[in-house]
Amino acid sequence: MAEPMHEVALTVNGVPRGAAVPARRLLSDFLRHDLGLTGTHVGCEHGVCGACTVLLDGEPVRSCLLFAVTVDGAEVTTVEGCRSADGGLGPVQQAFQDCHGLQCGFCTPGFITTVTAYLRENPDPDQEQARDAIGGNLCRCTGYQNIVASVLRAAQLQRGGAG
Amino acid sequence: MTTKLFGEPIPRREDPRLVAGAGRYLDDIDEPGQLAAAFVRSPHAHASIVDIDVTGALEVDGLVAVYTYEDLAGPLAQPLPLLIPHPSLRAARTPYPLAKDRVRHVGEAVAMVVATDRYLAEDAAQRIRVTYQPLPPVVGLDAASKAGHLVHEDVPDNVSAHLVQEVGDAAAAIAAAPHRLHLELHIERSASMPMEGRGVHARWDETDRSLRVYSSTQTSTSLRFALAAKLDLPVDRVEVVTPDVGGGFGVKIVHPWPEEVLVPWAAIRLRRPVKWAEDRREHFISSAHERGQQHSVDVGFDDDGRLLGLSVKFLHDNGAYTPYGIIVPQVTSTQLPGPYRLGAYRVEFHSLYTNTVQVTPYRGAGRPHGVFVMERTMDAIAAALGLDRTVVRERNFIQPEQMPYDQGLIFQDGRPLVYDSGDYPAALRLAKKLVGWDEFTAVREQARAQGRRVGIGIACYVEGTGVGPYEGAYVRVETTGKVVVATGLTTQGQGHETVFAQIAADQLGVPVENVNVVTGDTRRFAFAVGTFASRAAVMSGNAVAAAAGKVRAKALRIAGEALEVDPADLSIVDGVVSVKGTPQAAIPLASVAVLANPLRYAFDEQAKQATQFAVGGGIHRPPVAEDDEPGLAATGYYSPVRSTFANGVHAAVVETDPETAEIRILRYCVVHDCGRLINPRIVQGQVHGGVAQGVGGALYERIVYDEHGQLLNASYMDFLIPYASEVPAIEIDHLQTPSPLNPLGIKGAGEAGVIPGAAVLAAAIEDAEGIPVHRMPICPSELWELRNADHR
Amino acid sequence: MKPPPFVYHRPASVVAALATLAEAGEDGKVLAGGQSLVPLLNMRLTQPGHLVDINRIRELSYVDAGSDAVRVGALTRHAELARHPGVPALLREATGCVAHPAIRNRGTTVGSIVHADPAAELPAVLALLRGSVTLASAAARPGRARPDQEIVRRSVAAADFFLGPLTSAVRPDELAVEAVFPRPAPRSGTAWLELSRRKGDFALCGTGVLVTLDEDRRVTGATGAYTGVGPVPVLVELTEAVAGRPVDAVDWDRAGTLAAGAVAPEDDIHATAAYRRQLVRVLSARAGAAAARMAVADG
Repeated sequence: MAEPMHEVALTVNGVPRGAAVPARRLLSDFLRHDLGLTGTHVGCEHGVCGACTVLLDGEPVRSCLLFAVTVDGAEVTTVEGCRSADGGLGPVQQAFQDCHGLQCGFCTPGFITTVTAYLRENPDPDQEQARDAIGGNLCRCTGYQNIVASVLRAAQLQRGGAG
Repeated sequence: MTTKLFGEPIPRREDPRLVAGAGRYLDDIDEPGQLAAAFVRSPHAHASIVDIDVTGALEVDGLVAVYTYEDLAGPLAQPLPLLIPHPSLRAARTPYPLAKDRVRHVGEAVAMVVATDRYLAEDAAQRIRVTYQPLPPVVGLDAASKAGHLVHEDVPDNVSAHLVQEVGDAAAAIAAAPHRLHLELHIERSASMPMEGRGVHARWDETDRSLRVYSSTQTSTSLRFALAAKLDLPVDRVEVVTPDVGGGFGVKIVHPWPEEVLVPWAAIRLRRPVKWAEDRREHFISSAHERGQQHSVDVGFDDDGRLLGLSVKFLHDNGAYTPYGIIVPQVTSTQLPGPYRLGAYRVEFHSLYTNTVQVTPYRGAGRPHGVFVMERTMDAIAAALGLDRTVVRERNFIQPEQMPYDQGLIFQDGRPLVYDSGDYPAALRLAKKLVGWDEFTAVREQARAQGRRVGIGIACYVEGTGVGPYEGAYVRVETTGKVVVATGLTTQGQGHETVFAQIAADQLGVPVENVNVVTGDTRRFAFAVGTFASRAAVMSGNAVAAAAGKVRAKALRIAGEALEVDPADLSIVDGVVSVKGTPQAAIPLASVAVLANPLRYAFDEQAKQATQFAVGGGIHRPPVAEDDEPGLAATGYYSPVRSTFANGVHAAVVETDPETAEIRILRYCVVHDCGRLINPRIVQGQVHGGVAQGVGGALYERIVYDEHGQLLNASYMDFLIPYASEVPAIEIDHLQTPSPLNPLGIKGAGEAGVIPGAAVLAAAIEDAEGIPVHRMPICPSELWELRNADHR
Repeated sequence: MKPPPFVYHRPASVVAALATLAEAGEDGKVLAGGQSLVPLLNMRLTQPGHLVDINRIRELSYVDAGSDAVRVGALTRHAELARHPGVPALLREATGCVAHPAIRNRGTTVGSIVHADPAAELPAVLALLRGSVTLASAAARPGRARPDQEIVRRSVAAADFFLGPLTSAVRPDELAVEAVFPRPAPRSGTAWLELSRRKGDFALCGTGVLVTLDEDRRVTGATGAYTGVGPVPVLVELTEAVAGRPVDAVDWDRAGTLAAGAVAPEDDIHATAAYRRQLVRVLSARAGAAAARMAVADG
């Protein structure tokens, strides 16, 4: 009773990627175990924690609540794709380091993708908006204080402000 | 030593890889031929296993093996170890790796399935039919203490442990006191709930008959010894490596978990790598919980609110098994006195079996409960006497000049509970100032006038940190000038790669970028205890300092010989050893490292300098002196006589909705004293995270079992870890009272933030509402019901 | 927590989807946004043999903001609906309370309604606005083994649609293709309020109130819709508590008391029944007042 396989082709972080997988393969597992992009983490597999958040055609979604086959043909951005053009840390990634916005780092990829998408639409959030922006992601280590600061810092870096 | 880096809030060295998605966590390990494990777990809280029928699973394509208890033999067929025996633990019981005849909680592992991937393993697990004969479950402390039914047939009262400690004659002191109070104070069950569950990956190398195990454990060294014993392997054929770990908070200190022995065992039998990454539902029903305790308090005090006698009896729900002994209730019983002189103190606890998941330490480990009891008692005394709550605390504080202060109790490490240092009155003064305590009466009244309810609370604590027995570290300067630091304890996000590098870099006079720290890898450092009890910075920090200090001394000696100067005249700056005041007389540390290892073979350019015809002189003495070793390297250990005690004060302001009883935290202030700070930014982060868990534990999180022992909220939908929207802004002030016990003067910081959470928020809600709050956590529904009960 | 195996179908048209659903019968399940279904699959709490993925049926992705009603296609995501400029305030506010942005980016409005969680916002909004759901199925002609290429549609009013917790009137061979939210009458106001443990959680109680005024700014009608206090979204007619009074003189607490007496919530681990009733009382009063203010602005 071998399961039928489906060819799934995605553009992940700008690169065409594909694999043949069963229909039930979750996008999170597809990225992690079929494509080897283990930056996307899985914390609850029921859509609450947000660690697995990736950008699907630019919008944040829970990759643990999607079947890879459903999004065949889509563009996906993972934390690995949030680097800057020169290959260094992207502004959101850099901000998380600058502000100590992570501890164990397990939830961090979901925050970074979420914040990346948020700042594209809201380039200059205030403190309260920054807190709201990360309101759907759980972190067990930081108490969110420095993640809020990281959102503000990332906005500043994106605007080109150094200090 | 220089203090260039110690105390600096430098960015974390682990972050570039973690923010880029380049961390390596347990479930990130994938290799060719790897198999996945899944478990059949009991749906019953208490039952006999009548039959296990695996035939349905055999149809699953990709199934490789199914194991039950019947397949286990030798040490593996015995119960898992009792990790911390204690004389009071009169009926310790630990589980078998796979249930033998009987299951004692929902989630207990009954069978292991190994298949080509996790999806298929779950398919097969689902098809295994287990026939159970249900038995009456024991759920909750009331049922456990009544002992109408038993969790273990041979433990007739469900009592695993009973312990009494007494200083003075508490009963007599209370009886003779001018004022007396009795309080019943409860804390409900919760759990560590790291974002990454547990996990283990094992690979057996048939060629050299060795086992490599990756585990998201808080102790790789002890797991290694446990695995060698359970699997009957020589210790030197077993390696345990912790990859990046997604949080621990206590639950990962238990070892070996059933899966931690079964996965390696299967890998050996199947000659293929096997991985098990716990999913969230498994974590809820099979990983340890904590917190559930019921306390009964009698206190006697004088007209000024001074404690004369305190007697606390409490019941601890240890779940179905006791692999971690009595640590949690023991910590409650000994940390309960906090910063106060108690007069006479008697504490007695019973640790009880229930048909629920085992209970082992979660961040705070018994302290939040103890602080809740003590601080609620302080507030009750103040209310009884009409005194300001901070005044009562001030009058009972141990004063700085009374340090070291012996509480007369035996702590969790088996040693006397002696506070080493701390300035409790100063901490309270700072906290009052930070939160605006003295101005709050006006604030409260003004709010009242507007129909709003606001309240303020304050809570003090003392936390024993840095318990022994020891940690060690290895420091080596490479011939590139890079420094390698290895320590055996593990890391789950505390920034050890940064703080231990700061310590080593300071000692050796090298840039911190040149220091590479490895933790939790038995290949790099074999002797260690583990990460728990806010001990890593104290223990490994001082061990790193000790090892690096030895390396420094050796570097100066060798450089002194090379430069023909007295080592005392040398300094190391930016990786170069030079004569003080004569910087041109210098030798790079990298070259010293070359010289430190006399060689026969020139395997690279630098090595030539150390080969036998290159180094001159000294032909009448051995190339390596009798008391020396080759290499610019050293191992150091730190083993303190006893723990060091950090302290702090939290204050919070809350607002409660008069109609909906919603509870909003308006301000949360922290004064924290953990001695000298290695990296203030990291300490601050630890406090933030602890406070968030304290808020979660006070207002949101609880583990709820029904009377049948079914866990009713085994998901993140219903176990309410706060989001950013629920955690208030946190204001922090630090005091730095160095510990006299260790050379660096540091105390632990990891758990502090969580400890007074329940106490301070209960106090603030009580102040806003005017109703006693004696049970935590509390949610709006409960507060509303409390109001109604109060009106009746 | 990996989903069980299923046979995957990805029809490109409604007709094809309906044919597949008809064939699969009880063993089939529609996959739209999946934000409710996939958690259940991951926990193996449901194990359909066939999953009919409608995400390629682009014709089902639309918001038709007409003058009488807003029609929402089966593939329209919450976020798309909330962004649409022609959507009435109540629908936008309630949609904004659905979980978190990442869920709203994928979850569909119609899917949420079909899922029929009594704690969810959109079923209650549909009920309050006296909306309906359009269900399509393939016509079966006597004597033919396979359903025909013809689509049969029926419209089910919200009042008849929600049958119980997670149970709606959709038959296994049917696809909910559209939800219809009628616009409130002129001089109406609405408000949505809810109280959840954490922001984004299913509310302990969600409350929508619709208030209608006459030309003299007297209240002519008021209705409350509630989540979390019954097996289906609960509608309570509040008119008798507030009707006939000038809008500025209405005591909305009376509406709250009426509503609290009309609901029959149950205890669960997050709240007692009595507390939920209290929320119905308080939120009705607050939402009623807010809806009245909006009605005044509208009229």
